[in-house]
Amino acid sequence: MAKAKSTKKKRPYQAVVYVKLKDGVLDPQGSTIKRALAEMGYKGIDEVRSGKVFEITLNSRNKEETKQLLDQICKKLLANPVIEKYNFEVR
Amino acid sequence: MKFGVIIFPGSNCDYDAYRAVKDVLKEDVEFLWHQGTSLNDCDCVILPGGFSYGDYLRTGAIARFSPVMKEVTKFARKGGLVLGICNGFQILLESGLLPGAMLRNQSLRFVCKHVYIRTEVTQTPYTNLCKRHQVLKIPVAHSDGNYFIADRELRELKANNQIVFRYCTASGKSEPGCNPNGALDNIAGICNEQRNVLGMMPHPERASEGILGSEDGKYLFRSVVRFIEKEKRI
Repeated sequence: MAKAKSTKKKRPYQAVVYVKLKDGVLDPQGSTIKRALAEMGYKGIDEVRSGKVFEITLNSRNKEETKQLLDQICKKLLANPVIEKYNFEVR
Repeated sequence: MKFGVIIFPGSNCDYDAYRAVKDVLKEDVEFLWHQGTSLNDCDCVILPGGFSYGDYLRTGAIARFSPVMKEVTKFARKGGLVLGICNGFQILLESGLLPGAMLRNQSLRFVCKHVYIRTEVTQTPYTNLCKRHQVLKIPVAHSDGNYFIADRELRELKANNQIVFRYCTASGKSEPGCNPNGALDNIAGICNEQRNVLGMMPHPERASEGILGSEDGKYLFRSVVRFIEKEKRI
C-alpha cells in the first residue's frame, strides 16, 4: 500500500495565498487608502488593511501534501513572520 | 585587513562602498559576487545599498537566499564583521541575522536627504572611534526604512544595548520630528547581541568625503579598521 501511495501520479492544484500584516502592525498603505476614500466622500469606512495575493499552480500527489508545501513556502519566503500572517485556499 | 563588498542583482551602492574603502580609507577591498560560495578571507563584509531583486516581494526577501548569504551567515555566526547598509540592512533582517523587519515609510515616499543620527553605543567594531551620543550627519535614501519589532524584542534590544543609532536633531535630541520614515523608537541602526553584525539605514559610504557634504561616515569604516588591526595584533 505504501508503495502504491508513493508512486501515485502528481496532478496540478490551484492555490490562492493571502499574506496580510499582523494585527497591531502599522500599515501606512492601508491608512493612506482609508484617508483617500474619506476624501472621496465614502463615509463609514473604519479600517483598510493592505496585503498581497498569490495565485500558485503546483503539482503534488494530494491535497494534504499541497497544503504542507504551501505552508513551507509561506513560512520560508512569501510571508515575513515578524510582521505578516498568511492563509491559503486550495482547489 | 580586507573588506569585501557583495554585489547582488540590483545593488547600486556597491561602487560607492568600494570607493570609500579603497580611495578614501586606502584599505584593501574586493567585490564578492552573489553567486559566490567564498568570502575570500575578507575581514569585514559589506552588504551594500540598492534594490536587490527589484525589491520584489519584500525588500531583501529574495537576496537572502543567494548562495553567498550561506557563507555570510556562517561568517557572522563565527564572529565575522558584517555591515548591512540600507538594502543590506533589509537583507540582514530577512535572513534573521538581525531581529525585526522593515515596513514601508510612513509617508509612503522615497526619502532621500541628509539626516542626523546619534551614536548610542560606542562599544562596537563600527563605532569605537565615536564618542557616546556623538551626532553624525549621514544621508538616507529609501522607501522601506520604517523599522518594526515586537514589544518584547524591543525591550531586549534596549536591555542589550543593541540600538546603535537613533535619528536625532543636529544638536543630538532624538525627537519624533527628526524621524524620516516612522521607525519605531527612532531606530536608525542596530547590531546583534554579539555586536559583530550591524545594520543601518543611513549610508556612511555616501558621507565619506568633504565634497559629498559630510565625512562622518568615515568614523564607521575607520572604527572597523581599528577593530580588526587590534584583533590581528593579539
